Amino acid sequence: MRHLLSTRSLDRDAAVRLLDIAEDMADTQTREVRKLPTLRGKTVVNLFFEDSTRTRMSFEAAAKRLSADVINFSAKGSSVSKGESLKDTAQTLQAIGADAVVIRHSASGAPQTLADSGWIQAGVLNAGDGTHEHPTQALLDAFTMRRRRHGAASRGRDLDGFRVTIVGDVLHSRVARSNVWLLSTLGAEVTLVGPPTLMPLGTAAWPATIGYDLDAAVDAGPDALMMLRIQAERMNDAYFPNAREYSRLWGLDDRRLSRLPGRSIVMHPGPMNRGLEISARAADDPRSSVLEQVANGVSVRMAALYLLLSGAGEDPTS
Amino acid sequence: MTTRAFLITGARLADGRTTDIRIEAGRVTELGAGLDARGAETIDASGLIALPGLVDLHTHLREPGYEQSETVLTGTRAAAAGGFTTVFAMANTSPVADTAGVVEQELALGEAAGYARVQPIGAVTVGLQGERLAELGAMARSRAAVRVFSDDGFCVSDSRLMRRALEYVKTVDGVIAQHAQDPALTVGAQMNEGTVSAELGLTGWPAVAEESIIARDVLLAEHVGARLHVCHLSTAGSVEVLRWAKARGAQVTAEVTPHHLLLTEELVRGYDPRYKVNPPLRRQEDVDALRLAVADGTIDIVATDHAPHPVEAKECEWPAAANGMVGLESALSVVQATLVDPGHVGWSDVARILSEAPARIGRITGQGEPIAVGSTAEITLYDPSPVRPFGTDRLRGQAVNSPFIGTELPGRVVWTFHDGYPTLADGELREPDDIAAELVRA
Repeated sequence: MRHLLSTRSLDRDAAVRLLDIAEDMADTQTREVRKLPTLRGKTVVNLFFEDSTRTRMSFEAAAKRLSADVINFSAKGSSVSKGESLKDTAQTLQAIGADAVVIRHSASGAPQTLADSGWIQAGVLNAGDGTHEHPTQALLDAFTMRRRRHGAASRGRDLDGFRVTIVGDVLHSRVARSNVWLLSTLGAEVTLVGPPTLMPLGTAAWPATIGYDLDAAVDAGPDALMMLRIQAERMNDAYFPNAREYSRLWGLDDRRLSRLPGRSIVMHPGPMNRGLEISARAADDPRSSVLEQVANGVSVRMAALYLLLSGAGEDPTS
Repeated sequence: MTTRAFLITGARLADGRTTDIRIEAGRVTELGAGLDARGAETIDASGLIALPGLVDLHTHLREPGYEQSETVLTGTRAAAAGGFTTVFAMANTSPVADTAGVVEQELALGEAAGYARVQPIGAVTVGLQGERLAELGAMARSRAAVRVFSDDGFCVSDSRLMRRALEYVKTVDGVIAQHAQDPALTVGAQMNEGTVSAELGLTGWPAVAEESIIARDVLLAEHVGARLHVCHLSTAGSVEVLRWAKARGAQVTAEVTPHHLLLTEELVRGYDPRYKVNPPLRRQEDVDALRLAVADGTIDIVATDHAPHPVEAKECEWPAAANGMVGLESALSVVQATLVDPGHVGWSDVARILSEAPARIGRITGQGEPIAVGSTAEITLYDPSPVRPFGTDRLRGQAVNSPFIGTELPGRVVWTFHDGYPTLADGELREPDDIAAELVRA
């Protein structure tokens, strides 16, 4: 794999293979020594133009457990805040000798621009671009669903027939977009629920059903209910009246939680707004996979970095 | 005007007649077959179409203020290479062309360069701020004799101000050229809102933001009995609104750009900022509707919205990139590819939509006249036959932000005559010194 820019461009076999390698990676994380020599001598740059401590830590942990050297670059307080262009930053990383660039950027398409530019030879891994995609988040979500469904027998399986409902601000969500493509590629049935103001126009061709009624979606008994983070500033832009009304109509509160089947997974990409899109009880419920998602994120990112940086074929975990 | 004489032989006029054309002292002096060359330089134009010099109602020349993008000299060189003899220069320079002083400067720069007539467009509001009317009367009475006023780049969105502007320019038979874009509906907009924007996660620029402003403006124009020109119309819905307004008898004209006649939003998928433009590239249905609207006369003219930018403004992530495309050098070829070759219009229509009508809308004389004895020697000789790759070698301005690089386009402008002398000779742009010599000779 040259780059990982989106899940839309992943076919089923490539996705399952990545998830299987993530399983291998997860297995190694139960060993006494969790560090693998796989990427020794490789340099991974975490190029974060947008603050995201959680995602950066996850990628950093993944790269370090594969013995890669990690350089963290945060745009804040760097030359970028003084007006340096993406091109100059990229060429600087090229000169430093980056083998892979993990990029988080507020601009949709920035990873693609970097990958197509010729400014840098490194593999590009999209760690979230604007409101476009966040492929490793979707992969870790799929990984989490697959493990909950198939347990130790997950390898080689997809999510055929798995019913996933994603709730909230789909319009601004790169997580939702990446999940729509990946989950449908893996055979899952995806439903999107939220206020119409936070649904993109032009989704007729999406492999997803769109609805506005969370109660109906809960009563349909989905296998996974994924709550998206709602940004407080959205209410200042007339997307919905206020937090109370949002929570009442599209929040996973205790009442809705109680109607959710026992086998359902409650998911959230984090960070959560407890009491807004998800109640504390829902977040801490045994059905919640929030912390599993975080743990699985490291395994999935190890798999992605491995595929980007090492020659295919050999056993990644030996 | 030059004292040189030229005999163009065997050219095909827009109406299909084949004729020789004698040019002398800046005028067409003779038409007919087998004209005597006496004292004239002869140009074999067999196989070439002779059009009245092209007139672009919508050009950004960037000078004064943004000379790193384009200057009047480089922009009019691009114009000459594209067969244009007049460009209307948009007002969004720095300082903004909102006073008589700036528009006269613009005019003088054009005269000094000598590659084409530069007809300044005046800003509607002071500093394009959309708050107070600029000195429209002073600009109209200046040596630049401004008749077209536009805040292009920004929409005159305040309904009261738009009404006043329309009314006010009636005193000079002027026209307000509106960039129709409801600002509240396009905050942070990056591309057409629809299927592709949903997928790419780019903020949408909905068609309704254009159509609702056009609807309001045609009603205003009708109400106050004033002239409205709609810039770079881009959607099928806008065509419907315009058709309705014209049927009601409103004094409204409209333009479409070459790129909106050819390109669609699908090109945005690679996030290549060369395709970032305002209004954005739309759907294939819109492209089809725009072509038909030119064919049936609903859209009056093609105008380039030539918008040069320095390399760094496009060599970046999509949302950070500047809007705009250069278009002077490719306009006629794109018109051929999208309108002539598919049979929507003939060459006489091309003369109308790229020369006669824009000159009329802009209320200038000596331009956009059918080639006839006594008409000004503003002539473009065009070879429609070769289809070839469009490369940066075809660009003659300062900027290379053309969306057509790497595509195949038909046709080639071979000669451009402005004021009786060639600015483009046998496909070669003439040097500034030679042009200066022509100006002296006059």
